[in-house]
Amino acid sequence: MPSANLQNESASFNWFKYASPQAFFPLAGAIAPWFAAFAAVLFVVGLYIGFFVAPTDAQQGESYRIIFIHVPAAWMSMVIYLAMAFWAGIGLAFNTRLSGMMASALAPTGAWFTFIALWTGALWGRPTWGTWWVWDARLTSELLLLFLYFGFMALQAAIDDPRRADKAGAVLALVGVINIPIIYFSVQWWNTLHQGSSVSLKSAPTMAATMFTGMMVMVFACWAYAIAAALWRVRCIILERELRTDWVRAYLGKQT
Amino acid sequence: MKPRHRRIALIVAGVAVLALAAGLVLSAFQQNLVFFFTPSQVAANEAPQGRAFRVGGMVETGSVKRQPDGVTVNFVVTDTAKSIPVAYKGVLPDLFREGKGVVTQGRLENGVFVASEVLAKHDENYMPPEAADAVKKAQATNQKATGTVINAK
Repeated sequence: MPSANLQNESASFNWFKYASPQAFFPLAGAIAPWFAAFAAVLFVVGLYIGFFVAPTDAQQGESYRIIFIHVPAAWMSMVIYLAMAFWAGIGLAFNTRLSGMMASALAPTGAWFTFIALWTGALWGRPTWGTWWVWDARLTSELLLLFLYFGFMALQAAIDDPRRADKAGAVLALVGVINIPIIYFSVQWWNTLHQGSSVSLKSAPTMAATMFTGMMVMVFACWAYAIAAALWRVRCIILERELRTDWVRAYLGKQT
Repeated sequence: MKPRHRRIALIVAGVAVLALAAGLVLSAFQQNLVFFFTPSQVAANEAPQGRAFRVGGMVETGSVKRQPDGVTVNFVVTDTAKSIPVAYKGVLPDLFREGKGVVTQGRLENGVFVASEVLAKHDENYMPPEAADAVKKAQATNQKATGTVINAK
């Protein structure tokens, strides 16, 4: 076995090296600024298309333009939860320390996107539907998602031992993952006030091409922002948790 | 079986059991998760009797009538099979239009649905006004062409 391992290491690049917080820390620091720069450029382009290039909507007039923030935020709220549950599951299964740190680094960004989706949804609902809020399946399950993020963060904060906090949080994150398909399919399974999806993998989007382009640019901008934010946050978490190790002391000594 | 394989199996089994439980709960509450009833469901007495509920459908074209008192509006909600007359006192949302979706809350009184709230339900299509006009024109010509077929039905 040792010889096979050696061979493997020399033959190909060993990705598992980056499962160690010490190795991942400089990598995260190197790639986070790139994603932040991507996000900044894409946000400017996306918002420009959304507010100045995309045409007025025939039904809703200008108020539909909130879609350029609402839909990317709502998608991210679900995608980030899936990523968080994925890392939580990996952490439970393989007992890797970095996975738990990734899960807790993703949670605040996910909660922010959920909040933005709910808030912009309320602002959009008022002029179009005639109400800020209704308890239909889509809106209620999205609100439940916000509480799942809060619950995850609160549970982790309540337990002092980080390894136990990771385990407890991971179980909660995995239980809550059931809610994601419920949010996504709620508009198909039940009749709701919220309209169905305009974009799906099966058919062409039911929106004009420029509107769709602007929305997708904003989606990529949000992806890039979320990755940059999570990487920077995981660096802080690594420093906090590994504070007693030699390499963090050396790193901090170098900094000050 | 290595310990980590056992843990993976436990996680997968746990999530699967939870998904099953959630599925069963949701299908048991199917009736209560419905945000509105269609006029056909109301006609089949599936809507709750004696308490407020919501009716959803299309506002029938040409059915919106404003009463002389200035605040009451009468219209008909239809799902093309059945329809319900609605009476509403208050301000209608901007997107309330004939031929478009609507969800209204209230109770049935002598066959008329007396609404306390009217919400517009818009669809998931977004297009510039010129495109909407083009679609309308195309539909009109299509209807002319197939009009005889539809009438024959």
